[in-house]
Amino acid sequence: MPPTVYAVSGGVSKFAKARPDKTFQAVVKEAYDYALQDLGLEFAAFNELVDGSVASYFSDHFQRQLMAGIMVQDYLGLCPKPSHRVEGGGATGGLCFQEAWKSVASGHMDICVAYGFETMSHVETWKGNEFIALASDVSFDYPVGGFYSGYYAMMVTRHMQAFGTTVEQMAHVSVKNHRNAYHNPYAQKRQRYTLQDVRAAPMVAWPLTRLDICVMSDGAAVTILCSEEGVRKLERAGARITRPLVKVTGIGRGTDAMRMADRPHVDYETFMRHYATELERSSDETRAYYRRLWERGVRYPGVHSFRAGRMAGNMAWKMAGVTDPLHELDFIELHDAYTSSEIQTYEDLGLCRYGEGGPFAASGQAFMPGIDYGLDLPQPPVCPVNPSGGLIACGHPVGATGLMQAVFALWQLQGAIARHFNDPTLQVNAARRGAIHSHAGTGTYVTVTVLEREATDH
Amino acid sequence: MSQLPSHRPETLGGYVVHNLPFPTVLSDEALALLKQMTPVQIEQVYQITYLHSYGQDSPFFAGLTNGVFLGCRDPRTGYTYATPRGHDMATGEPTQWVVLPGEGRVHAFTVCYFGSEAFLPECPFVLALIEFAGADTLFLTRLMGVDPEHPSLDWIGMKVQARYLRNSQLKPTDVYFVPA
Repeated sequence: MPPTVYAVSGGVSKFAKARPDKTFQAVVKEAYDYALQDLGLEFAAFNELVDGSVASYFSDHFQRQLMAGIMVQDYLGLCPKPSHRVEGGGATGGLCFQEAWKSVASGHMDICVAYGFETMSHVETWKGNEFIALASDVSFDYPVGGFYSGYYAMMVTRHMQAFGTTVEQMAHVSVKNHRNAYHNPYAQKRQRYTLQDVRAAPMVAWPLTRLDICVMSDGAAVTILCSEEGVRKLERAGARITRPLVKVTGIGRGTDAMRMADRPHVDYETFMRHYATELERSSDETRAYYRRLWERGVRYPGVHSFRAGRMAGNMAWKMAGVTDPLHELDFIELHDAYTSSEIQTYEDLGLCRYGEGGPFAASGQAFMPGIDYGLDLPQPPVCPVNPSGGLIACGHPVGATGLMQAVFALWQLQGAIARHFNDPTLQVNAARRGAIHSHAGTGTYVTVTVLEREATDH
Repeated sequence: MSQLPSHRPETLGGYVVHNLPFPTVLSDEALALLKQMTPVQIEQVYQITYLHSYGQDSPFFAGLTNGVFLGCRDPRTGYTYATPRGHDMATGEPTQWVVLPGEGRVHAFTVCYFGSEAFLPECPFVLALIEFAGADTLFLTRLMGVDPEHPSLDWIGMKVQARYLRNSQLKPTDVYFVPA
């Protein structure tokens, strides 16, 4: 096992539709300063100790600035310390967090900063959609009508046809995430919607309405990762690090073909051998359930499922010793760029079986306790998903998003949500273990990371 | 009659200016007030013409200009790609060109009522993934001849046939599909 890596602090700039008041470097500094302030360290004192950084941003097009990462490194006063940029579409933030983990776990650094940002407001929304669609094959996908909401809507129609998923089940995700965000001051869309509101919103790509889809945003997020020695160095300099410490216990990644059209459609035996979770393999009833799905013509992953997400989840669960994520995780912050992709991801992560994501979404198991959603939910909460409001309510400034999830997860595990949100409602009671999930393209890169509060004081 | 929206759309583009208000006396107080100034925003145009090569996939586009729909097949396993691919992803072997049938079925679809800037004038349009007998993967295309105001899951499984533009654009949209 690699050495233990701790997440000790984080900060998030409030995500907004546009931040013309500051350049991207200065927006990152907001999040950086917050993380340092939470540690109780002065800028110069921390910068003296930090060993290096990893930069996360997706698009050079949005910023019209190559090598933007070094401009942040420079603005934060981190030069000449080592740094590199990572890019992997919507999963850029999750990849960045994991690269920072690697920097520490490898012994290369004791203290590493992961910072991420995106400035999406410099072009109009439809040009932004065009930039994002360039993250599809420009020979065969983009020229046909490049539009990510369209790509995801095709997955939805196939999911509906294969599994009977309904638009009302998708709308439950929208109601949940917008309603959770009501208590998160960092979120952009803090709204109490009804299922009817979601369905009555303007149709973007059938059957996805505007309220099924996250919004492009400007924003930044920062997390600080440390080795044991890094924790000692910071504390010797006067840092106040919340105890019990929060450590990274699971890292998983997966990939899939850029073109959805190229995804395989494997048989039952291949699915059970390569993709089924341990829990699924060990259950006679579940094996029979999947056998029936295949007899009905379902093939995996096709365009309804993300095998990259399943791969990432299985890897991370194995490393963290998780066999039943629904009952062994206290919360998950997952990449809900679309309500439908939250449902697809429930299945990939093994919160429910493939084909059961729709009923799971409407069951209440992924909701927060103690919040009135205005819905008739048949089951009590088990594992809240996107207690922060997720991408749908917080926004999706791509390079910052995965790190925002890490910060919110860290605050949950530190029991510090009330302090950071000025509202205790979204604090998951006695949160001990949580996961973050970052997702790119139509499921091309996916990361899953498990974070855990130590059982006793370090 | 439907109501007008309550906001006029915001667009880029505005007046050209050559100077901005600025303190005439640069006192400490005036300099400190500059911290409260609203940001200056300018337009920057960025336009490029790329010479994009289809490389090993070029015969596919040549086929479309002649009304032929080509796929790729691994000669050893027979695994067949409906979207061209020069090498098989399982064996790593070079694939061979094969002629695919001009008929298939809708595997998945959507109607785009909004889109990227380049495609906004074409909204609403229908995107569809098509499956073919004898092919293991799909092909992304435009579906024509259906009513975009009344999409239905019943479209999945619908038999469709290829049509080709007479005046080729050398793009994958040189072929599109209509209900058979």
